[in-house]
Parts: sequence; structure tokens; C-alpha cells
Amino acid sequence: MNRFLRLFLSYFVLILFCIIAIYPVLQVLTISLRPADRLLSTTLEIIPDNATLDAYRELFSDRPFLSWMLNSLLISLVVTVTGVVLASTAGYAFSRFSFFGKKMGLLALLTTQMFPATMLLLPLYIMLIKLGLINTYLGVIVIYAATALPFTIWTMKGYYDTIPYSLEEAARIDGCNQFLAFYKIILPLAAPALVITALFSFMTAWAEYLVAAQILQDSDLWTLPLGLKSFESNMSTEWGLYGAASLIVAIPVIVLFLALSRYLVSGLTLGSVKG
Amino acid sequence: MSSSRTNQKLFILALVGPAFLILAAVVFYPFVYSLIISFSNMSLRHIKDWTLVGPIQYVKVFTEDTQPDFYIIFLKTIIWTVVNVTLHVLIGVFLALILNQKDIRGKWLFRILLILPWAVPQYIVALTWRGMFNYEYGAINLLITQYLGLPAVEWLKSPTEAFIACIITNVWLGFPFMMVIALGALQSIPHELYEAADIDGASWWHKLRHITIPLIRPVMVPAITLGTVWTFNNLNIVWLVSNAGEPSDNTHILVSFVYKAAFNLYRYGYAAALSMVIFAILLVFSLAFMRRTKATEAAY
Repeated sequence: MNRFLRLFLSYFVLILFCIIAIYPVLQVLTISLRPADRLLSTTLEIIPDNATLDAYRELFSDRPFLSWMLNSLLISLVVTVTGVVLASTAGYAFSRFSFFGKKMGLLALLTTQMFPATMLLLPLYIMLIKLGLINTYLGVIVIYAATALPFTIWTMKGYYDTIPYSLEEAARIDGCNQFLAFYKIILPLAAPALVITALFSFMTAWAEYLVAAQILQDSDLWTLPLGLKSFESNMSTEWGLYGAASLIVAIPVIVLFLALSRYLVSGLTLGSVKG
Repeated sequence: MSSSRTNQKLFILALVGPAFLILAAVVFYPFVYSLIISFSNMSLRHIKDWTLVGPIQYVKVFTEDTQPDFYIIFLKTIIWTVVNVTLHVLIGVFLALILNQKDIRGKWLFRILLILPWAVPQYIVALTWRGMFNYEYGAINLLITQYLGLPAVEWLKSPTEAFIACIITNVWLGFPFMMVIALGALQSIPHELYEAADIDGASWWHKLRHITIPLIRPVMVPAITLGTVWTFNNLNIVWLVSNAGEPSDNTHILVSFVYKAAFNLYRYGYAAALSMVIFAILLVFSLAFMRRTKATEAAY
């Protein structure tokens, strides 16, 4: 194949898929900018005529959007910290030591991905009622932290496996104890995998709807997904508000993802390449 | 010596213990609980006074005349999973191959834009696409009618179209994950292999067939296994795009059917039994798939 044709086709495919990837996001932007009397429109313009920021204004002044956002942020941050601490330590043990039940444990982590989440929801719900944790953040936080954990432990383990053991031995000879060797030497080297772990934990909590819908029934406690869903009802969807809110919710995640995208490639796959 | 061994054990316990405890509470305990109630008559009528009734719920899963039928939903779930995962992998690997060419400029920009569908939270993806599939005002029909000159499609009101709408949405959000994994795998292939192949006069197809695919396989197989399990169990997209199975419960995969049985119809025993069936299907599939492809051997 000649070079010119190959490059032409390559750029064509890339640009085509970029358009497909961006279009739905632009769609949300368009909806959020439409004036209230023209919400249902049959044009395909990106920036509509008489574009207005009314929806954004209404979100913050007339709706509890800010409080949903703070609720979500609080939950997501706690889940992220918990997730990073638990996955980085457990992954380390699975990578470095041999202990009773190690193989079983790793396999069990994999099989947790096969339980339909729904199946866990009912027993958790009953358990949380008994513990008085319905309508509390603790209940949601514990569930979210556990949700991302199997995948992140595997990711951490895979990454630690690529770091030579001689580094810890050297540190031990220099007088570090086991914990310091892990904390001071290995953990900083595993930064790409830690970033992935943090990102996945954050995303799990930030974007979750079904669990939150069962546990956080009090509307004062609502997180962003619950608030957003409330704009959408069978009778009349408040599309303008929904669009504006979606964009505000998605933008920090998109920025985070894009800023960390160079870590994504190395953090996710290095472990599995080396086996 | 023995005290240092005890120290070592305590250290391991401190590392694994907390993660294990939280997983035991949130995953393993509910699993056992579900296993027990799958043998019970627990439902809205017997919410507190449920009793064990043996494998009746399992018999119901396979024989009861549900609307829609279990076997039809099962078939749909398989179609859903196969179509989604195949397209995720094909599109993902294809884009990764294109991006991995030496003389493509602006790689970082393309990579960033192509990751976008993965970065948008799933419920926003689902509700946005649901809006885009609207008959009168949705962007999809506007594109179809204004640019392609074809008649508009009733996306959300007929069973086949609603199912296709869910698949389109899920393909859109899932290909970036496979692309990122494939990119990582491609970057780890030593370049000398291609140079040697060039000297031997190997064609583009031969290099793909004999160098690229065998070398990205060990990375792709675990990702595909995980992708299959995630897709099979993806409740969000089907539930939110079809608005809980519309039209009239015709758009279900097994997990959305479980969700409905448990949380709309309160048939807990039945839902738990169905969940166990789903778990068994995925467990058997994953073990067989990974054994055939010998993927996790190296991981131990």
C-alpha cells in the first residue's frame, strides 16, 4: 500500500471516530444552551440561536445542585482514599509474599466480578437496615470502596510484579523495616498503578446510580446521579437542566481522565505484559 | 528467627486484612445470603417469615412462563455480550493499530479525544443516548432523515430497535477501554521483530497475523474475559436506555430481568436463584475461556 493512501485512510478513520466520540458530548452542550421555549428543537446546530446560560443559573440558584455536588465529592474522595490504601497494601502482599490462601484469594477476587451486582444489593440492603445505615453515607462509602477493589488489587499486584525484589532487599540491608521498604521505596515506583487505582475508585463513586438509589432515599442526602435522574421523568424531562448538570458532572471526570491518560496505558497493561 | 517469622505473618495480615474484611462484608456475606434465599420462598408476601423450600426457585427459573421467556432473555444476553465485546475489541484494536503507526502526527490529541466515551459517567451516557434516540427530536433520527434521506426509526418503541439502541450506546462507551489496553500491548512489542520481517519481505497481513496478534494476545485475553463478564452484567445501559425494559419488558438482558424481579416485583427468592444461574454461567465461561487460552497461568 502506498504511503500517501495509507496515511489518508488512517487520518480519515481517526477523524471519523473522533467525531463519533465527541458528538454525544456536544449534544449535551447544545441542549444545555437552548432557551426554555425551544428545548425540543429539530435542528442539528451545535450552538443554538439565542443561546442562554439560564439552565446553569437555575441549577445553582433554584435547585440543590451545589449540595448534590458536595455530597458526591465527599463520598468520592473518601472512597478514593480508602480504595488506594486498601488496594496498594493488599496488592503488595499478593505480589511479594506467599501465604495461606493466596491463590484462592486471587481467584476469589476475579470471581467477585461475576456476581450480578443486583444479587448483592438485597442482602446489603437488609444488612444496612439492621445496622441502621440506610440514609447514611457510611453505607454507600463501604459498598463503593469494595466495588472497585477486586480490579484495583489485581492492577496493583500486576504492577508490583514488574518491580524487582532486589530493591526491597537493598533497603532492608540499609536498615529499613518491611513497612518502610514498602512505603518509601516501592510505593513511589508504583505511581502509575496508584493513579489508575485512584481514578477507578473515584469513578465508581462519582458515577454510581443504582446502589445510591436504594440507600440514599432522603433527598437531602442525594448524590449527583440521583439528582440528575430526578430531572428525567416520564411526563416531562427538564432537558435544559439535565444537559447543564450532566456537563458540569462530566467535565471534572473528563479532565481527570485526560490529564492521566498517559498513565492509563502503562498503569493498566504493564502488569499483564510481564505476567 | 521465629519471632521474625511471626512479624512477617503479622505484616501480611495487616496488608491483606482490611481489604479482605471489607470484601467479606460487601461481597462474600451477601453472596452466601443470596445462596440461602435462592432456596427460600422470600417475596413481598414472605418478607420476614420466609422458609427454606428447596430448589423450587431454580425450577421456576428454567420452567416458569415468565414474560418474556427466560430462554429468550438468555439468548438476547448472549447476543448482547457477543456483539458488544466483538465490536469493542475489533474497533479498539483497529484504532490502536492505526494510532501505533510511526508517522501519524498528533497522536496524543487523537488518543485523548478517543478516550472521551470512557470518561463520561455511564448514567449520563445512557440518558444522553436515550434522548438522542427520541423519535421526533433525537439527533439520530434527525441525522437519518436530514442527511441520509431515510425514514425515521421508532428507536424506543419497538423491541428490536430498542435493543439495537442499547447495543449502539454500549459499543460507543466500551471501545476506548480495549483501545487503551491494545495500545499498551502494541507498545511493548520490540520493533526489531518488524524490521526483521521487513527484511524477509513479509506483507502487512503476515506481520499482523504472525507478529502483532500473537504478541498482544496475552494482554488481550484477560481484558476480553473481564470485558465479557462486565458486559454480561452491565445493568446500567440496558436499564436506563430502555427505561426499565420498555417497550413492555421486551428489552431485557438477564441482569436487568433480575433487577426487575427483585426491586419492582419483590420476588427475592426467584431473583436470587436467577442470580446464581448467571454467576454459574459466567464462572464456567471464564474458566473454560482462560484455560483454553492459558491466560492467567503466568499471573501466579
